[in-house]
Amino acid sequence: MNFEFSEEQLMLREQARGFLNQECSPSVTRSVLDSDMHYDQSLWRKVAEMGWTATTIPEEYGGLGLGYYELAIIAEELGRAVAPIPFSSSVYLATEAIMAFGSSAQKNKWLPGLASGEVIGTLALSERSGRATAENLAVTCEDGLVTGTKTPVADGMIANIAVVACKASAGHVQLALVDLAQDSVDRTTVTTLDPSRGHASISLAKTSAEPLGEGEVSWSAFEALLDRAAVLMAWEQLGIADMALEQACDYAKQRFAFGRAIGSFQAIKHKLAGMYVKNSLARSNAYHGVWALASGSNSLQLAASTARVASTQASLFAAQENIQTHGGMGFTWEFDCQFYYRRAKVLSLALGSERHWQHRLVSALQHNHADAA
Amino acid sequence: MDFNDTPQEAAFRADVAGWLAQNQLTDADRAGRSPLEIAKLWQRRKYEAGWACIGWDTEYGGRGASPIERVIWDQEEGKYNVPSRFFVIGQGMIAPTLMVWAQPQHKENFLPKLASGEEIWCQLFSEPAGGSDLAALRTKAEKDGDDWVINGQKIWTSQAHYADYGIIVTRTDPTAAKHKGLTMFIVDMKAPGIDIKPIKQLTGESDFNEVYFTDVRIPDHYRLGDVGQGWTAALTTLMNERLAIGGGGPGADVKLALEIATLVEIDGKPGIEDSAVRARIADFHVLEAGLEYNGYRAITALSRGELPGPENSIGKLVGAPKLQAIASFCMDLLEESGIVWSDDSLLTSLAQRSYMGAPGLRIAGGTDEIMTNIIAERVLGLPQDPRLDKGIPFNEVPTGN
Repeated sequence: MNFEFSEEQLMLREQARGFLNQECSPSVTRSVLDSDMHYDQSLWRKVAEMGWTATTIPEEYGGLGLGYYELAIIAEELGRAVAPIPFSSSVYLATEAIMAFGSSAQKNKWLPGLASGEVIGTLALSERSGRATAENLAVTCEDGLVTGTKTPVADGMIANIAVVACKASAGHVQLALVDLAQDSVDRTTVTTLDPSRGHASISLAKTSAEPLGEGEVSWSAFEALLDRAAVLMAWEQLGIADMALEQACDYAKQRFAFGRAIGSFQAIKHKLAGMYVKNSLARSNAYHGVWALASGSNSLQLAASTARVASTQASLFAAQENIQTHGGMGFTWEFDCQFYYRRAKVLSLALGSERHWQHRLVSALQHNHADAA
Repeated sequence: MDFNDTPQEAAFRADVAGWLAQNQLTDADRAGRSPLEIAKLWQRRKYEAGWACIGWDTEYGGRGASPIERVIWDQEEGKYNVPSRFFVIGQGMIAPTLMVWAQPQHKENFLPKLASGEEIWCQLFSEPAGGSDLAALRTKAEKDGDDWVINGQKIWTSQAHYADYGIIVTRTDPTAAKHKGLTMFIVDMKAPGIDIKPIKQLTGESDFNEVYFTDVRIPDHYRLGDVGQGWTAALTTLMNERLAIGGGGPGADVKLALEIATLVEIDGKPGIEDSAVRARIADFHVLEAGLEYNGYRAITALSRGELPGPENSIGKLVGAPKLQAIASFCMDLLEESGIVWSDDSLLTSLAQRSYMGAPGLRIAGGTDEIMTNIIAERVLGLPQDPRLDKGIPFNEVPTGN
């Protein structure tokens, strides 16, 4: 047993952190937040040049052929930087969906562009309030033509392609690969609580599409795809949680009230220790999650759900209590506390809510329990 | 990163599993023996085969095993119902203190008998006036020839009523600042002048004691560290305590909650289908799994030669309240019958025992609040509370009584 990253992986972390400190200072996120931009195009190009979008894509498709440990490390650093780029949509979801379900022709056609960052992909799943299920999907895919509306779609305004989840036979989903540069695609901006990551409503009217892979995919295979993405998302959320804690600690050490640093009051120090405890447990669960993902473990559902719930709880708590620690200044537009608060909530709902993942976690526990009995 | 055994680890695990299967305690071993006698029998058996305290050096009765081999041993031994609680304090906390601070002849004498379970030790730290503020202890040690003479009172001392030896922290210089005037000793618990009074806990059991010292003589060679170095020596014990007691051992856990939730009905359906029940169980699992993997990360760090740090305080800080919350939740699932103490039902009595025991775990070995301070100050680097007793002679520190 060795429950730590390798030297090379830890070097990658240092390199990624240094790169993002240089290229993605808070002012980069702020400039997207303050504008009508949907992402920072220049940062996206630089991230692609670093090869991060190509991390897990096999070399034959223009990728680096590295593993999920490396991708998890990058995800955490992007979370720390609150990077305003479509990385999770394009890499954890679109790229992973094509690698999991695509035909070799589809992989040849799309993976090199996704690897180089020239193509931005996303997953279009949500249609209305409440969780999308095999039973309630309304968007159709008939004879290669997709019709219906998906909203909100993360990074939908800038994506070149979308993997659209369409209605299929009971317990299944039809994944349709849609090139979004078609006249029949109508996109409008959806205002969300995190304008540093643009979202869209995408309406398709008999838009030509190609089914991803052989045809319908079972809903459980689709959920396994979301499990994989959930591990990577958990690492990104962990980055947010740790940055919020670091920011709160720094502030509590310098801010004085009643003649003392506020960090010397137990009301504050116990709050911050509580953040540390949640973050530590989330990190350990994320270690187990990425190990399950990288090793192809059959405990992935449990490992991914646990990592996801832990990181969601840790990041939401850290982001909200970071503002609280900053007092009134934390509530201002000028301070960066808002970045973590916004992004933590948006990421906690991408891929499904805390309640959904708690449910999925317990389903995995029940399954293991039944196997053991 | 690899969660699986390496080939060497797998071979070690097979050795361990083979020995345990061959040598496990039988019903005949248990018959007519008290829990302590059973524990001593099992410890002796392990010791003679070289499986006691396997992380210790061979000269002290161990086999110099790596941290990961210790985990493997614990995992395999944990599959059997064998008693270990009597040795946690001696082997987990006091032995590491003796290894650092005792004179060579005492290490050679005492450590093998700690490993074999022949001698039981207790830890005489807390006092009526020194609990969370441990360094405020007042038990006096005064030099008299080659001896030290001890007078005072200790409290919350687990196992004192059957311990052979203890380690005791005393005040040797009341004119020095609080942390500076302390000295630690080995004490023979059968020495004249020691009076032990069991304390009845809210559980109705008596695991710990008040211990009174009246002119108890301790030879100078039993001193652990220099005169005035007692606080540093005590920290060795406390840091190992955090590793040793961790989450608090067996009790109500996610598995129990899942079993009960599957058995009971809520609104005409199995309780486990209730979404509020699922959310609670998921949250408990996040804590339980997080602690388990935290432990594996700590072991990996140890096996790379890093020292155990204050971040290990998290085990008890999370584990004890978790035990209390799961126990209470399990009883809730049973509705009013959850209050019935039934030794016939493993399910309910485990929850009830955990519910009643958990308040003690949240206090023993550092309260939740002290653990939280340690994390805030020593992990996060936040400033200490202003201390009114800082730097002034101990005998001038204000007291409430």
